[in-house]
Amino acid sequence: MRHGRYPFIVGFLAAPVLLYVVFVVSPYIQAFYIAVTNWKGISANPQFIGLENFSRLLDDEIFWAAVRHHGVLLLVMPLVTIVIALFFSFLLNLSGGQRGGRMTGIWGSKVYRVIFFMPQVLAVAIVGVLFQAIYRPDGTGVINGLLGKVGIEPVGWLIDPDIALLAIIGVMVWQAVGFYVVLFSAGMSSIPKDVFEAAALDGAGRFTLFFRITIPLLWDTMQVAWVYLGIAAFDAFALVQVLSVDRGGPDNATTVLPMEIWRTAFNFSKFGYASAMGVALFFMTITFAALTLRVTRRERIEF
Amino acid sequence: MATDPATPAHARRSRSSLGPFGVLSHLALLVWAILIVGPILWTFLASFKTNAEIFGDAITLPSSFGWEAWGRAWAKAHIGQYMLNTVFVVACSTAGTMLLGSMAAYVLARYSFPGNRAIYFLFVSGMTFPVFLALVPLFFVVKNLGLIDTHLGVILVYIAYSLPFTVFFLSAFFKTLPTSVAEAAMMDGCSHTRTFFQIMVPMARPGLISITIFNILGQWNQYLLPIVLLSGNVEDKWLITQGVANISTSAGYEADWPGLFAALSMAIIPVMIVYIIFQRQIQSGLTSGAVK
Repeated sequence: MRHGRYPFIVGFLAAPVLLYVVFVVSPYIQAFYIAVTNWKGISANPQFIGLENFSRLLDDEIFWAAVRHHGVLLLVMPLVTIVIALFFSFLLNLSGGQRGGRMTGIWGSKVYRVIFFMPQVLAVAIVGVLFQAIYRPDGTGVINGLLGKVGIEPVGWLIDPDIALLAIIGVMVWQAVGFYVVLFSAGMSSIPKDVFEAAALDGAGRFTLFFRITIPLLWDTMQVAWVYLGIAAFDAFALVQVLSVDRGGPDNATTVLPMEIWRTAFNFSKFGYASAMGVALFFMTITFAALTLRVTRRERIEF
Repeated sequence: MATDPATPAHARRSRSSLGPFGVLSHLALLVWAILIVGPILWTFLASFKTNAEIFGDAITLPSSFGWEAWGRAWAKAHIGQYMLNTVFVVACSTAGTMLLGSMAAYVLARYSFPGNRAIYFLFVSGMTFPVFLALVPLFFVVKNLGLIDTHLGVILVYIAYSLPFTVFFLSAFFKTLPTSVAEAAMMDGCSHTRTFFQIMVPMARPGLISITIFNILGQWNQYLLPIVLLSGNVEDKWLITQGVANISTSAGYEADWPGLFAALSMAIIPVMIVYIIFQRQIQSGLTSGAVK
């Protein structure tokens, strides 16, 4: 039984660990070093400059614009997505009344679930190209074409700096809702049916069932959803890169940190500065995840 | 009949779905379903339109259904090439991820040795770091290995970045499997390696399927890594997301909008077909990550 145990362990771990260390661990460690150098261009010699990149970040308007956009994304996108997804998963799973002592979903709930989840399997870049045509600023765009039918002037969805970010958030919500409908549905089906029976016997209506029973019992799942969506709010790269005007425009109205990191590194070849932005992004993401898990912690309800 | 417990419940159910709440629920669900299907269907129809029709009223049907734009997108815009590239890269990288990921996960889940926890946490901590932090050094690591602008480079990077979640998920899964079968096999003189491939892998099939689906979709839809790792003058090696995004910028110059929508449809339809066939497994595979 003991024979060949260590050769086996080493043999099985060597390739994955090597690959992981070379392509994942070492770049992450190097990033923290590159962030304190003034590395520019492929051939230049990087020099240690301490925290200069970070102090420059503090005065960088585009950096702050990007941070503000993450703030908006973080507030609006998860909230809207979770509210819509909760509403639909309640309708799909619990609103059909009772049959044989069990809560049932609405008629056709399976078909709806398949359709709602569909955008989730499409690449974000593909969705971005798709919505270019939907959001076109004149009557040839799908939304403006429809608005034109009822006599509303075309809206410059992506070219108006005031609404461009919201238009992009709209696409993120469009794509994400189905995933969370399926996630919440799984959570709802794990709530024991006698909880609903007892509540229904006590005369609870649909709204009480939703707000007083379903939501508290789904708290854990919603917390997971919030963390996932929050992390997605710190990304948004593919959508902004493909969909927005001038990659983050108009006039930096939709830019996000990943977009600026990519541009600073691969268009301007300022590798040190780009890595400093990466470090800033890293600390924001970690802070968000830690804060969410702490603030939303509640006593776990076991059943 | 009155004593049949199903009758009142059934009556209540049909009453509720006829009531105003039921009507409004259906209306809300239907509106969202149209919002989802509408843009995709519109794109598909637009691939049959002419440039003039595309720049006319958006809400009309194409006047004729010909496949010319599809032919142009497949051959001239190289969508066929991009698709084959992506199939090749994703097939290799998913196979590699599953092989290496399940090997590492199995050893970490089932064998205790010094450093086991350290290696496990090294893998799992990779899930918390944003990939944008690693972007610059990653580019130079791949470049210094001479793998920039090659499919091999993309495949290795895909595998490496898929390992954290794969190892995390599968080691939890291997821990839930009973130990007795593997022990009996070892008693009979089966080697560690054979026990893994012939006994543990078949037992772990449900978990392996979920995570395979997760990795295939994740790698198929990847956009950032291809545009960074295949950024040189290597259009013949591009992947589908990169190719379609590029066509969308060049469609304006070449004035081939139907071609763009045909390319878009071609990128969407295979994924849709696979999704509709495997929708149950895909839904559980993608959400399994969240339900820990």
